[in-house]
Amino acid sequence: MDFLVFQYPMITIQACLDGLLLGILFALIAYGMALQWGVMNIINIAQGDLVILGGYIAYFMYLYGIHPAWGVIVSPIIMYFVGIAIYKLVINKVVDRDLFISILATFGISILFMQLMNFAFGADVVLANSGYGTTMLFDNNVVLPNSKIFSAFISIVFAICLVVYMKRSKLGRAIRATAQNARAAKILGVNTEKVYAATFGINAALCGVAGALISITFTIHPYMGLPYTIRSFMIVIVAGLGNLPGVAMSGMGLGIFEEFADYILGTEFRIGSVFLLLVLILVYRRFKLSRKREYLK
Amino acid sequence: MNKNSWILYIGLLVFGLVAPFIFPAFKVQLSILCVLIVLATTWNIQGGEMGYNTFGNILFYGLGMYLCASVQVGMFFPLAEWTESGGEKTFVHTPSQFFQGMAAGLVVAAIVPTIVAGLIGYAILGLRGHYFAICTLGLGVAAGEISGGIEIIGAGQGFTTPPFPNIGGLEARGEFFYFLSFGALVLTFIAVRAIYTTRFRLILNAIRDNEDKAEAMGIETMKYKITGWMISAFFCGLAGGIMGGLVGYIDSTDVAFDGREMGVFMVLMAILGGKGTLWGPIIGATLFHFFKEGFWTFFLGWQYVALGVLIVVIVIYFPEGLMGWLREKYPERFGEVVDEADRKAQVELK
Repeated sequence: MDFLVFQYPMITIQACLDGLLLGILFALIAYGMALQWGVMNIINIAQGDLVILGGYIAYFMYLYGIHPAWGVIVSPIIMYFVGIAIYKLVINKVVDRDLFISILATFGISILFMQLMNFAFGADVVLANSGYGTTMLFDNNVVLPNSKIFSAFISIVFAICLVVYMKRSKLGRAIRATAQNARAAKILGVNTEKVYAATFGINAALCGVAGALISITFTIHPYMGLPYTIRSFMIVIVAGLGNLPGVAMSGMGLGIFEEFADYILGTEFRIGSVFLLLVLILVYRRFKLSRKREYLK
Repeated sequence: MNKNSWILYIGLLVFGLVAPFIFPAFKVQLSILCVLIVLATTWNIQGGEMGYNTFGNILFYGLGMYLCASVQVGMFFPLAEWTESGGEKTFVHTPSQFFQGMAAGLVVAAIVPTIVAGLIGYAILGLRGHYFAICTLGLGVAAGEISGGIEIIGAGQGFTTPPFPNIGGLEARGEFFYFLSFGALVLTFIAVRAIYTTRFRLILNAIRDNEDKAEAMGIETMKYKITGWMISAFFCGLAGGIMGGLVGYIDSTDVAFDGREMGVFMVLMAILGGKGTLWGPIIGATLFHFFKEGFWTFFLGWQYVALGVLIVVIVIYFPEGLMGWLREKYPERFGEVVDEADRKAQVELK
């Protein structure tokens, strides 16, 4: 299979474009992860399950005859309140604690969500058909579904809106202040508890948007959450916290990597290769950092 | 070791030896309990003593499971044809072949994960805190996904382990696996107890409390971390090999590299009992097994919901576990010197 990629440039172009459009979506999820990690110092293993839940909202609209693209509006609104509820019930008790506690607690939430979604929506792989058709490029050799282009466009719009909101609004300033120094922000009159809740809600809303887009472009399944968590974690550590262009770039890079892994290794190794890449990136980072540590000595 | 603890150990040993005959209906459950205790105790070496919260010990468990079964089959029959035919239909192990294969399989299942732990230890154990946790989580899932794509060990359709041979009409499968897993449990307990009385445990605790300081004190932390992980891997591989034979069927993501169940269970059991104690994981595993069987029997279908809630509740409200709670309540029993006036003052403050 691997020689095909080099013999037929069209396959390469197809994989690159697919990966690019997919990567923009990953970057949107990773942006939410970076936000809550930076502000609350929490790694949310249930991130992927929030994405899938958002996808099911859009899917249900599709089942009831509403065009699933409207899910992009509805899903984040519902997910915002789901996020706030999760924060009030669980997360606010683990914010200041050991990071491992938060990882394990969100792991529990992830298992809970997985199973509840399995009960509520069944264990079938579903997708919401948007009926957008396809675009043919290069003499019909490269096929791009319009839904992918639509989802990439919507992701970019939401990301830009959020960046502007973070820069301009009062809540955005409060969130940024809390991320820099929670104690100082508290002294200066920021209600950090509210900021945390809002941050988690915004993160869940972003997951909702991404989930709705995924249900249009790809497929969703109750147990497909964990790979999205791992992808967003990976994107954030490659880019670094608070580096938004980096998040976009590494998201697209990951998307292209995945498409090529799909072509070269075969679809059954796609998820496995993502997890292996995570391990390799972390190990590379460890050796890079240890060199720095020795230098400091 | 004083007289009381000798009585306790001998009592537990005798109980373990006669348990399958007192409760003949629960032989399989008791064997699983032994395996769970082994996993929780070895997880405690990382998570409790060393402060490295790993989700990745499932890697060694699954590796041991696959290796044991593969060796047991591969010693006598072609492995590829075995998995293709779905196991027992085409080839039958004679009793001597079965036991020879099992013995060789368990040796391989214990040794190879130990070597793997040693090889990847240098790269993985250099990570700190949550990076380590996520990395090991990824490692376990990656192993499950990749082994699910390898044809020779059954790929997606699973691997049937050799069925227990029928020796002259005697049905001894339950007893055989019970005593195998009980033997592994006793071996693990003796080894871990021996380790915990040496300087090794103190070094692990030093790494947990402040790794940089431990390094500055002249301890080669990496060497000890890798050794600790290799000890865990040895017993996890052994437990996996036994569990593979006990379950009789190996699936890549649902039985062997089951991060969603076994990988979380071992963490949860150790936390429930109390991290960083010898007895905590054992008590935690026993309690957890009762809980779990209750859930699995009475709330069938809702067990993962119950499990998710249980994880959240334990982690939020009992992060110190049962032993930690007892320790706070009766510090004298744990060999801590308590100033009575100081304690009273603290109670009043509360």
